[in-house]
Amino acid sequence: MRNPLNKTIVTIEPSGIRKFFDIVSEMKDAISLGVGEPDFDTPWHIRDEGIYSLEKGRTHYTSNAGLKELKAEIAKFLSRRYGLSYDYNKEMFVTVGGSEAIDIAMRAMLDPGDEVLIPQPSYVSYLPCAVLANGTPVVIELKEENQFRLTAEELEAAITPKTKLLVLPFPNNPTGAVMEKEDLERIAELVIRHDLFVLSDEIYSELTYLERHVSIASLPGMRERTLVINGFSKSHAMTGWRLGYVCGPEAIITQMLKIHQYAIMCAPTMAQYAAVAAMRDGDEDVAGMREEYNGRRRYLMHRFREMGLQCFEPFGAFYVFPCIKEFGMSSEEFAETLLASQKLAVVPGTAFGECGEGFIRISYAYSLESLKTAMDRLEAFVEERRKG
Amino acid sequence: MREKILTFIEKNSRIDLKELAIVLGVEESAVINELEQMEAEHIICGYHTIIDWDKVGQDKVMAMIEVRVTPQRGMGFDKVAERIYNYPEVNAVYLISGGFDFMVILEGKTLREVAQFVSDKLSPLDSVLSTKTNFILKKYKDHGTVIASKTKDERIQMIP
Repeated sequence: MRNPLNKTIVTIEPSGIRKFFDIVSEMKDAISLGVGEPDFDTPWHIRDEGIYSLEKGRTHYTSNAGLKELKAEIAKFLSRRYGLSYDYNKEMFVTVGGSEAIDIAMRAMLDPGDEVLIPQPSYVSYLPCAVLANGTPVVIELKEENQFRLTAEELEAAITPKTKLLVLPFPNNPTGAVMEKEDLERIAELVIRHDLFVLSDEIYSELTYLERHVSIASLPGMRERTLVINGFSKSHAMTGWRLGYVCGPEAIITQMLKIHQYAIMCAPTMAQYAAVAAMRDGDEDVAGMREEYNGRRRYLMHRFREMGLQCFEPFGAFYVFPCIKEFGMSSEEFAETLLASQKLAVVPGTAFGECGEGFIRISYAYSLESLKTAMDRLEAFVEERRKG
Repeated sequence: MREKILTFIEKNSRIDLKELAIVLGVEESAVINELEQMEAEHIICGYHTIIDWDKVGQDKVMAMIEVRVTPQRGMGFDKVAERIYNYPEVNAVYLISGGFDFMVILEGKTLREVAQFVSDKLSPLDSVLSTKTNFILKKYKDHGTVIASKTKDERIQMIP
């Protein structure tokens, strides 16, 4: 029989946390801090709207780009929260989560040989999506001493004549790093000078604890070269609804919409109706969750200080990224031993790129109570290891 | 800071004050000061526990009684309310807009006990015109807390 497979797909590694997942799900009394989604259920008024749409028999396709009503609400949201202005008829459409938008953005923008700059540690899908879109991923290794922000120097060093697209994953999963306005201005200047485009994945934009999130698209000259990807999963605790959106220059959006049209058709209809409620009346829900996350974040940072575990203070998303280099183990070994001895699961930093070596990702999308127990376990582990 | 403390302890009054200070990002002494002041100012009026008495197997009967009254001259409703809320059996008294005046929440061991309170103590009060007793059959949610058993974390335990 002939090889049924595409040559590229077989080169792509499956996600590195699979192994841990299998162990954790078998282990009794294990606490996992490995979850990358909110612990909150979707606020009831949003769920209610989804249920209502089903009752009303709104079970059909929407237009490819999504419900007009939803797009109008998204445009208002982006304007009131980040000062972005998009024509929702031409410069935006609704996707199946931010993930779909990442994929089709790469497919719509890349030609073979085009280089895509991907800062790491970062979410696992940028690199495979770039490869599958025939692009050439070029990793920029972010550093703890810069609080895992992307610096202009790092960017400039990675730019070649083939560079076309820069992925900007902030607020960042797994580090929790944010980019402030001044950081972005330095990046924007280079992007414009080298005639690059930016794919700005802002899925955690509502979860920042220092200042309100700044979108690079809001900086002068950047709107025409930026795709903003966002969604409802993290901000409104709507991961399972699979709903996101992408905004950008009409020329790119029009082409992306073709892929969406042929590959997806449209995002789930009832999710779209629910999301209208999220955009219209959800700001308070988000504020409440943000406040909770922030309290947990402070609590974790405090516990790390107490146990003398080095960790830069992150101001976004719901992750902390402590350094475990002092224990002389690789991230994966650390995570494995921690799980075996204390039944506490964390994600090794290397799941998010090689430069995540020496770090672990801890999610605080958990109740304060669970975090307390988890930190007690981590503390016991750390002390035991230090004794040798 | 007051509002933040209150929002937090309204849901979890048992939190360790040191932890509360960490979570709010302030000094522990500041939290203690604020709490003491708010207790003194009667902003914080008490710390109670939400109990599902059904699970203890102890019978408790609760009733919401709609009471119509004639307000007393010069005193309005407050004087009448006082006569009612001074009974220890009375859990809560609210002045209500609409078809009646007070909502009185009463707790007793048996139906009989509650009924007796209404007929012996509440109804005979001079200013009480009428009462309507509604027994509570089942409590679903109290003080913002769903009484039904805790839901399990059904998330997949490792997600990148």
